[in-house]
Amino acid sequence: MIVAERKSIPQMMEILAGHKNVLVLGCGTCVTVCLAGGEREVGVVASALRMAARKQGVEMNVEELTIERQCDNVFIERAAEAIARNDAVLSLGCGAGAQAIAERYLDRPVYAGLDTEFIGILEERGVWTEKCSACGACVLGDYGGICPITRCAKRLLNGPCGGSTEQRCEVRADTECAWQLIYKRLKGIGQLDKLSRIAQPKDWSAHLDGGCRTIIREDHRI
Amino acid sequence: MNCETFEPRIVAFCCHYCAYAAADLAGSMRIQYPPNVRIIRTPCTGRLEVPYFLKAFEQGADGVLVAGCLEGGCHFSEGNLIAKKRVRMTADLLAEIGLEPQRLKMVNVSAAGARLIADHITEMVETVRKLGPNPLAQKARRTA
Repeated sequence: MIVAERKSIPQMMEILAGHKNVLVLGCGTCVTVCLAGGEREVGVVASALRMAARKQGVEMNVEELTIERQCDNVFIERAAEAIARNDAVLSLGCGAGAQAIAERYLDRPVYAGLDTEFIGILEERGVWTEKCSACGACVLGDYGGICPITRCAKRLLNGPCGGSTEQRCEVRADTECAWQLIYKRLKGIGQLDKLSRIAQPKDWSAHLDGGCRTIIREDHRI
Repeated sequence: MNCETFEPRIVAFCCHYCAYAAADLAGSMRIQYPPNVRIIRTPCTGRLEVPYFLKAFEQGADGVLVAGCLEGGCHFSEGNLIAKKRVRMTADLLAEIGLEPQRLKMVNVSAAGARLIADHITEMVETVRKLGPNPLAQKARRTA
């Protein structure tokens, strides 16, 4: 899922300066799961904004709404009336969600209330970690399901770098060496021979090269 | 309003299994505590979420006291520990908003702690008295 973090209240107040009626719009999908932009967080942010505005002597009415998914046209229609009632939208969706709202409602400024961080998983209660860089050409199969691009601080495809200490990364001591994990995993599944191959330079054209990426599935198009 | 004439309004969320019983016991024992406090009984402080605290301030409370069981003694095993983290998180949020984080405090009291809850309430009232009225309160009271 996409993992995001809330911007600070002073940052949001600065972003929203000059708007008297603001819709704080949450998203019921990834950002709800990562506790950044779901219904509960919308309530907290809206309440905090109301208080901050009152403290600063600024007039700001804050409405709250959370829709199922901001990155899907079918669901963002449900926000139409609330968006029409307000001067601006503070999206607590991910970057994709905020952009979907902005593209759909051309006459309303849409601001991001979150910093979208990464694609990751819930490691344990309250801890999320990055697992995928969305490089567009997955190499997980060669590395026992551990992504060296995302999880190795040096992004080495032919590791390890030799700098790790007691299985910990030399760049970040709180992180396990990805190459240690790759070795253990490949050993566990009897595929250590994969490490004897030299990986060729990765084709990065599938990543952000040439602008944003689009996938077209003709079999699903009408 | 100077701090001598200002009477703070404190919302105290008290756990049914400890602090609420302690406050009740304080009454039975004729132990005085300031009348500035409005006690709200909660089944466990772990039931309290961040919006509860924010709403109290938004609606004009000058301070919020959260009183849960002693650490390790929660009836639901770890509700008070959850509350402790939420209180800390909310205090940080109050600072972001521009309010003094000291307006929100969590204390731990056993059901037998009649004197202790009275002392905590007294201390909270004095702390908030020094901080002055909730700057949001005037408007909240006008619009209420």
